[in-house]
Amino acid sequence: MGGTVSAHHDAETLLEVRGLTKIFGTLKACDNVDLNIAKGEIHALLGENGAGKSTLVKMLFGSLEPYSGQILWQGQPVAITSPGVAKKLGIGMVFQHFSLFEALSAAENIALSLDDGAPIGQIAAKARALSYSYGLPLDPDSLVGDLSVGERQRIEIIRCLLQTPQLIILDEPTSVLTPQEADKLFETLERLRAEGKSILYISHRLEEVKRICDRATVLRHGKVVGHCNPREETAASLARMMVGSEVKSVVRAPLEGIAQAQTLLEINGLSRKPATPFSVPLTNIRLAVRAGEVIGIAGVAGNGQGEFFEAISGEARQSDAAAVRIRGKDAGRLDITGRRLLGAAFVPEERLGHGAAPRMKLSENLLLSRHATDGKAFVGTGGVTKSASIYNAAQRIIEVMDVRKSAPDPEAAALSGGNLQKFIVGRELDRSPAVMVVNQPTWGVDAGAAAHIRQALIELARAGSAVLVISQDLDELFEISDAIAVMHNGTLSAPMPAAEATLEKIGLLMGGAEPGHAPHEGEAA
Amino acid sequence: MRIELIKRPQRSALFSVVSPFIALGLTVVVGAIMFALLGKNPVMALYYYFIDPLLEVWSWHELAIKAAPLILIGVGLAICFRSNNWNIGAEGQLIIGAIVGSIIPVMFPDFQTWLTLPLMLLMGIVGGAAYGAIPAFLKTRFNTNEILTSLMLVYVAQLVLDWVVRGPWRDPKGFNFPQTIQFSPAATLPEIMPMSGRANWGFVFAIVAALLLWFMLSRMLKGFEVRVLGQSPRAGRFAGFSSSRMVFFAFLISGGLAGLAGISEVSGAIGKLQPTISPGYGFTAIIVAFLGRLNPLGIIFSGLLLALTYLGGEAAQISLGVSDKVVRAFQGILLFFVLAADTLILYRIRLVRPVAKTMETAPSPAPVEVTHGNA
Repeated sequence: MGGTVSAHHDAETLLEVRGLTKIFGTLKACDNVDLNIAKGEIHALLGENGAGKSTLVKMLFGSLEPYSGQILWQGQPVAITSPGVAKKLGIGMVFQHFSLFEALSAAENIALSLDDGAPIGQIAAKARALSYSYGLPLDPDSLVGDLSVGERQRIEIIRCLLQTPQLIILDEPTSVLTPQEADKLFETLERLRAEGKSILYISHRLEEVKRICDRATVLRHGKVVGHCNPREETAASLARMMVGSEVKSVVRAPLEGIAQAQTLLEINGLSRKPATPFSVPLTNIRLAVRAGEVIGIAGVAGNGQGEFFEAISGEARQSDAAAVRIRGKDAGRLDITGRRLLGAAFVPEERLGHGAAPRMKLSENLLLSRHATDGKAFVGTGGVTKSASIYNAAQRIIEVMDVRKSAPDPEAAALSGGNLQKFIVGRELDRSPAVMVVNQPTWGVDAGAAAHIRQALIELARAGSAVLVISQDLDELFEISDAIAVMHNGTLSAPMPAAEATLEKIGLLMGGAEPGHAPHEGEAA
Repeated sequence: MRIELIKRPQRSALFSVVSPFIALGLTVVVGAIMFALLGKNPVMALYYYFIDPLLEVWSWHELAIKAAPLILIGVGLAICFRSNNWNIGAEGQLIIGAIVGSIIPVMFPDFQTWLTLPLMLLMGIVGGAAYGAIPAFLKTRFNTNEILTSLMLVYVAQLVLDWVVRGPWRDPKGFNFPQTIQFSPAATLPEIMPMSGRANWGFVFAIVAALLLWFMLSRMLKGFEVRVLGQSPRAGRFAGFSSSRMVFFAFLISGGLAGLAGISEVSGAIGKLQPTISPGYGFTAIIVAFLGRLNPLGIIFSGLLLALTYLGGEAAQISLGVSDKVVRAFQGILLFFVLAADTLILYRIRLVRPVAKTMETAPSPAPVEVTHGNA
């Protein structure tokens, strides 16, 4: 396998991986993986969720031990037994989910990961100098809790760079950035490449990979299915390599007669005080979603989307009954069950532990959100559950949504993220809800499953429901939405019809620009 | 060679059943070592502990008497623990249940009708539940830790009991012994089969309670609510279940059952109130609950087993002259192994050879083929 690798042997190899295998139970998460990274290149690691990218990277960073195979660092075989060993070798990593203490300053967070015991002032000065030299301005004295997600990522990157690594591993770095912030990051990466550092860039955003990466290794089901030069490929051909088959594109039928359509979900001046010191207050949010349309809400993570979702779902209730109206009825004071009974359905961002109980079977997780709305079908007299009809309904959803699983009725945690999400979305679609509110419908879901979920949401809307989708994935929003509103710092912009919206306009709103005003540079010195 | 724990994709059904037996086996082995260190013949000691008490019919009755409160409290605690509420104060709820239930026979000894006993039992349940409601209220209102509050309330209850039997409720004709008057026959829990032994209806209550709670947990929406809120509170809230109502539900159920155990013990086996009415049933029931896998049906068996350790402890004390503290040590060892063996439900054990070293000594250009299994 990997015949194309030899073509690159002329460049000096920094890291070489031979036949790396990792087995979890009966699953070969990585199966005989070969990879080599040359000095001074940006190497993309592509693959769907569950393809083995994270497992591979964790072995390179010493968090997991390989079952078999070899890792060569500058030609020498090495055993990376812990992240400490990886750091000593010169491997640094920026994780997708940040590991920062919100109540500490940036400099203190950086000091925590360095074990040289240098005084905090010295570290702060170093961090400041480094951040400016790479065009990632950062105030080391600022409290992490006050920083945006993009700024937090800078801390992680600076923290990694301070250890002067030869190889930097970035896991889905742009998933939390606005398009403009992402551009800045790419400049930094190109600068690092020019200095001879190597970067392993993990992403599923094919356009980015085409833009900045020199080579790509594509994983599917734990195996390397190809090495290629992404610049010579098209997004479609890369997607084909990742998925193994053609990805169906989503069809969005034109929206007709929406002006006369009834408003099914109405949010009138919704405000919410922050529940914790680090949550975002919501300020005077207004929105109407009509029967037949899909409205998308864009925004960088942590701008109040989670708080907004809780307020609409009824997990957090309002004192003003008219703040949320569902099918023309005041719902602000109702709890989530009351709002469901009015015809609304909700899909939260977190699958395990919020949308589903991890250690419960799929059939039990069906009961989780539908015990009240389908009380007659699923619960008999005296509160006795009808397990047979629940089981049958779960099997029906599994079939409709094409949920792949290992047992007839497995625990939720045993499913891959994409398959569980298909089940959770399908659980709500099965009710044909009049109002559907979804937070991050395809976060961490593979391309095939994502297309399936998006198509299902559009079809639900066209069949006469109101669909509200909160997402950080702009491509997704452009694909499915009839209008896009932007959430920034707890406020919501007016929805912009899809025909008028461009990536740039939405990106500026995500960065906090007022609509109609010239964008201001948000870099505080 | 190194031991690694590998997470299983699913809970192992096999080990859910087998792990209590593994724990029991290990407890017997360690118990034997403990007796050997005490200078006793371990085989004899284990015989007196686990076999001797089962050889006579009357001691089967004694077993039922000891098992009844353990099972009653254990199944209530199972509801608590399943819903992630840590009620450590069942001993206190048992005592308060016993005191409240004793109000009628002590203060109104002449009230002797068919209603007497049912009323006493009801008041015992109410007393235990009300005492359990205190930590529940503190948890929901002030976010206090229920482990601490429920545990501290045990000592309060013990002192209240001590006070009533030495003070206001002391039997005036009792030669100054700290105890109440003997309950009238109408206030005494009848024996099930008086011909063969003194086991009373408390054991029947325990079995009925276990069956009812098993049905609720596995077949009813309320049981589903208990399990969801316990495993994943946020998913429970998403389901529309209220976690603060669940705190009260769990504490009222377990407190009420502990109260029932208390009044059954007092009106059945003892027949009066005295400074000590329980050899720590409320604490031992924690072991019972876990050994029974927090499943009410399993708790029937684990309750009988722990009852056996009480009886065996008495037998060993008489026959071998070992301290009665050995019972507590035994129970502690058992709980330790039960919790440890539970790891096997979610993880499996793998023995790992150091792979990396063998590869470094054998450099070869081709991908190294590592032998699988135990070649």
